[in-house]
Amino acid sequence: MSGGEPLIRWDWIGSHAGYLAGLAGRHLYLSLIPVVFGLIVSVPLGIACTRWRWVYPPVLTSANVLYSIPSLALFLLFIPYTGLFSDLTLIIPLTLYTLSVLVPNVVDGLRQVSAPVSQAATAMGFGRLRQLLQVELPIAVPVVIAGVRIATVSSISLVSVGQLIGNGGLGVLFTDGQQRIFPTEVIVGIALTVVLAFAADAVLVTVQRLLTPWARTGRAAA
Amino acid sequence: MNALFNQIQSAWQWLSAAAHWQGPDGIPTRLLEHLEYSAFALFFAILVALPLGLFVGHSGRGGFIVASLANSLRALPTLGLVVLAAVLSTGDPTVPVLIPVALLAVAPILVNTYEGIRQVDPDLRDAAAGMGMNPWQVLLRAEIPVALPLILLGLRTAAIQVVATATVAAYAGLGGLGRYAIDGLAVSDYPQVVGGAVIVVLLAVVVQLLFVALRRLVLSPGLRNSHDRS
Amino acid sequence: MSRLITFDGVTKRYPDGTVALDDVSLECATGEITVFVGTSGGGKTTALRTINRMVEPTSGRVLIDGRSVLGSKPAELRRGVGYVIQQAGLFPHRTIVDNIATVPRLLGWDKKKARARSYELMERVGLDPAMGTRYPYQLSGGQQQRVGVARALAADPPIMLMDEPFSAVDPVVRAELQGEFLRLQSELHKTIVFVTHDIDEAIKLGDRIAVFQTGGRLVQVDTPEKLLAHPADEFVSGFVGRDRGIRRLSFVPAAELPLRSDVVLPETASVADARATGEPWVLAVDGTRRPLGWARAEDLPDSGALAGLRLTDPGRTFQVGADSVRTVLDAVILSPSGLAIGVDSGGGVVGVTGHRELADTITAT
Repeated sequence: MSGGEPLIRWDWIGSHAGYLAGLAGRHLYLSLIPVVFGLIVSVPLGIACTRWRWVYPPVLTSANVLYSIPSLALFLLFIPYTGLFSDLTLIIPLTLYTLSVLVPNVVDGLRQVSAPVSQAATAMGFGRLRQLLQVELPIAVPVVIAGVRIATVSSISLVSVGQLIGNGGLGVLFTDGQQRIFPTEVIVGIALTVVLAFAADAVLVTVQRLLTPWARTGRAAA
Repeated sequence: MNALFNQIQSAWQWLSAAAHWQGPDGIPTRLLEHLEYSAFALFFAILVALPLGLFVGHSGRGGFIVASLANSLRALPTLGLVVLAAVLSTGDPTVPVLIPVALLAVAPILVNTYEGIRQVDPDLRDAAAGMGMNPWQVLLRAEIPVALPLILLGLRTAAIQVVATATVAAYAGLGGLGRYAIDGLAVSDYPQVVGGAVIVVLLAVVVQLLFVALRRLVLSPGLRNSHDRS
Repeated sequence: MSRLITFDGVTKRYPDGTVALDDVSLECATGEITVFVGTSGGGKTTALRTINRMVEPTSGRVLIDGRSVLGSKPAELRRGVGYVIQQAGLFPHRTIVDNIATVPRLLGWDKKKARARSYELMERVGLDPAMGTRYPYQLSGGQQQRVGVARALAADPPIMLMDEPFSAVDPVVRAELQGEFLRLQSELHKTIVFVTHDIDEAIKLGDRIAVFQTGGRLVQVDTPEKLLAHPADEFVSGFVGRDRGIRRLSFVPAAELPLRSDVVLPETASVADARATGEPWVLAVDGTRRPLGWARAEDLPDSGALAGLRLTDPGRTFQVGADSVRTVLDAVILSPSGLAIGVDSGGGVVGVTGHRELADTITAT
């Protein structure tokens, strides 16, 4: 960094607004698709884990092992199957990461339904499926959304690592900034990532409020 | 299946080549570097996060700040931070780049320590104080031992994260195992990329196992039943 | 060894304005069990906690043997005062032996001596020493509570503070723990302050009972008997319950009841002798005067001795020198003959008593 250069050149940001918006959009796409896929897989998997208890320990261990694999290594190991610049090379590993957070949360959420509530539901004549859809899943929502929030924030912060294999949304600002030794670009990339993460988190909090009105009244009463 | 076979074969060839096991770019040297960096970063993360987590959990003050801080840290992009450290530094990037690596490990230690201490049964705290333990004794003999499962979980998460971030930090000029991936990608040497990735994965698994062993070693059997998720 | 605890105008007011203790003055006598009882929010636990400085009063003084508790450092004070709480508050990460050894270790005893003491106490509170190496989660609620008591006794403190120690266990175990607690106290003679919300427990355990009312006001301090006989106000009489009259009978000794022996016959007596009493029921006893059973006059055969008859089980007896009128009342109600059998300490029948005698005695008290 040369002496006279300011840390942030605001004019660069102004002149690249459209470019940055495009990158942010792509970044969101790359990070949210895995969360959606993760939810689609983890809800039935979590239900299976609560219905058949023996399923859970191996699933939990796999989730733990998956979580411990460094992201860059996992991206690299997928290159031969999905290709260097393919979105899938990013989306599949990121989906696996979200599973390591979402599956335990779905299971915890479903198990949260207390025995009296479940017995009351059975006593009122709820069938198994109806009980799952109308009692267990709604009660599990707050815990599941807590997991979705963590998975989303992690996913958004991880996507930029994908730039090292040529595909990382806002991550291109980091590699480009490194090559040009241009701090503005790097700082903007970090700031935008954090803004996206916080915005997504705020949306999820709102979604939870809308989905679980009973939790809101509960808090007001407390 | 064929692709998997090829991948294993090429990684194995790269790993088993004698040349890759010696010299400054050899696996033992890189592994040692990686361990050194990780230990260094983890040490500083613990130095900051553990006392802070203990204090906040014990006093009950600042819990909200800890939660928000940890959330913000989780949102920070690894690659961006290490690159920023490298771009802002002059000369050897090793130490500057290790700063964000340590910083990112602060969150899991802080949150888990705080949560662990906070969740200690108030009755237990009451009994400890009521029997004549001073505040330090309550912390050291009652709260920390009972919070240990969560504290260890935080340390494990942080350690695994440090191993991963240190790999990414190779892009910003750090040595260690990440070099194989970065250098290999630069020259399209895929056997090296995959071989390096395999070693990193193995290291992460070993770290994970070490913490499982540590948990067995230091955790009171009276607490084994709690926090089964970890 | 034992100590006197004095509350002198103790008030505790929290910053938000709630008053937990309102000018409380009382004495907890040396070697006695003083029970603090009252509704929740009545300040009984707060009062207990001012003794070991877990709560500092806003005004007033708490004294132990005339010396203010503020004179010693909290930690040192507490090591000399046993403390038992609901759910026991055991350390989950320590074995039972090490849990019990907590205070001795804090006092600097060496490990061996502290452990030896732990095992001694385990036996004392009725725990199998083999449990010493287990962890709290492996014990039942009742066993955990015993460990809690043993832990409080470990350094042999002259004072014991017990905050609802038995309320988390089921009634059967609770009765068992209460019984053993009284047995222990008869050996140890500690000065005990015991908090409970259960008036029956208070009456069973207390030498004296202090009743606290919402707002931290001490309404009455008395022996259980006087508390039941003369509740100070509406609140106390409401708290001791509608059946306090019957509870009071617990404090009237059975020895005050007149006994009859006209219906008590040896088994060798003839059917004719039984008829001669003119009573609807007679009690047959053996050579050592132990009760064999009741015979009903209507069902008697024409001839023979009582020994040859099928007798109705004598049921529950009462010990003349030890039991209370309440036990007799119970026995009378349950007896087929409407008569309760009074026995001496050896189990021999002294006489029987019935509704009329009970009524006369109750009216007289």
